[in-house]
Amino acid sequence: MNKQEIYENMYPAGRRAVLSRGDAAPDFNLRSTPDQWLKLSDFRGQPVVLAFYPADWSPVCGDQMTLYNEILSEFHALGAALIGISVDGAWCHAAFAKDRKLHFPLLSDFEPKGDVARLYGVYRNGDGVSERALFVIDSEGIVYWSYVSPIGVNPGADGIISALEDLQKRKAA
Amino acid sequence: MIRPLGAENRRAILTFPIAGRDHIQGSTDAPIKLLEYGDFECPYCGRAYPVVKAIQRELGDNLCFGFRHFPITTVHDHAEHAAEAAEAAGAQGKFWEMHALLFENQDALEDEDLARYAEILGLNVRQFMAEILSGAHYERIREDFMAGVRAGVNGTPTFFINGERYEGVLDPQSLLAVLTRAAA
Repeated sequence: MNKQEIYENMYPAGRRAVLSRGDAAPDFNLRSTPDQWLKLSDFRGQPVVLAFYPADWSPVCGDQMTLYNEILSEFHALGAALIGISVDGAWCHAAFAKDRKLHFPLLSDFEPKGDVARLYGVYRNGDGVSERALFVIDSEGIVYWSYVSPIGVNPGADGIISALEDLQKRKAA
Repeated sequence: MIRPLGAENRRAILTFPIAGRDHIQGSTDAPIKLLEYGDFECPYCGRAYPVVKAIQRELGDNLCFGFRHFPITTVHDHAEHAAEAAEAAGAQGKFWEMHALLFENQDALEDEDLARYAEILGLNVRQFMAEILSGAHYERIREDFMAGVRAGVNGTPTFFINGERYEGVLDPQSLLAVLTRAAA
């Protein structure tokens, strides 16, 4: 079995109604560290990249959060904030972020578990984790682009970068 | 274990084809162009290195091989300096010689190791180290990296064959089969 098949066995695809372009991005208030909270609305006025992923501690070389960390300066240059989100607890996120030297917030969709993932249509019922899903939300809080990757596949960042560049062009026009 | 490559429902296309700016072995007129996005400290890239060498022997002049940097610097502490070392050696005409030494010695990539490799290659070591320590080639390495990001590269190594991402297993037979088909 390759890694993709292992993931698919662990987390079979659930039913989805994923938010897409034009949908209002539901606000949330989640822990970013054991003693800090973040709201989506805190970022109003700038685009937000919301990256749902199934779990901390996936293998290193193909790791999605590690890749995004490496591209952080480009996301910032495009005026965007990056947020990772999974059902892991704040202490787990803290250890993961420290180990991978991540310089962006990881939010804990932990209690009630997966509520925010459900709002965005990317919770995998029965599996207890979210999809590997990307949302680019514009400065007004409207979803501009979304994408759900096969759960074992790191979707890369090309789709995010194109979406953010579109938003920048739209702003300039 | 080979990690899965690419989302099945999005066809990854190389956005910047191999060009004069790239480090290549072979002629850009060759019918088969193989491009690697790699990280000198990545163990998977280390395993791909002899595979590429075997392929090059097999295909000879029919193959043009290019290498672009995709260092994951936050988890690979030595990746940035190693990439800088390849470029600094390249500035003195020895990119591929350094590329080989780095992949053949992935467990020895400290700055003093890099200096030792420069000495082995007969480079001006003072100039070489000065370029590494000042990040003289940072912009170029970053350009490689972002070209990869835009082409959907999500980890290393990622290979493109005539502009299309290779999704298969990294062994000589599998790679060769696809490369031969690309030439036809």
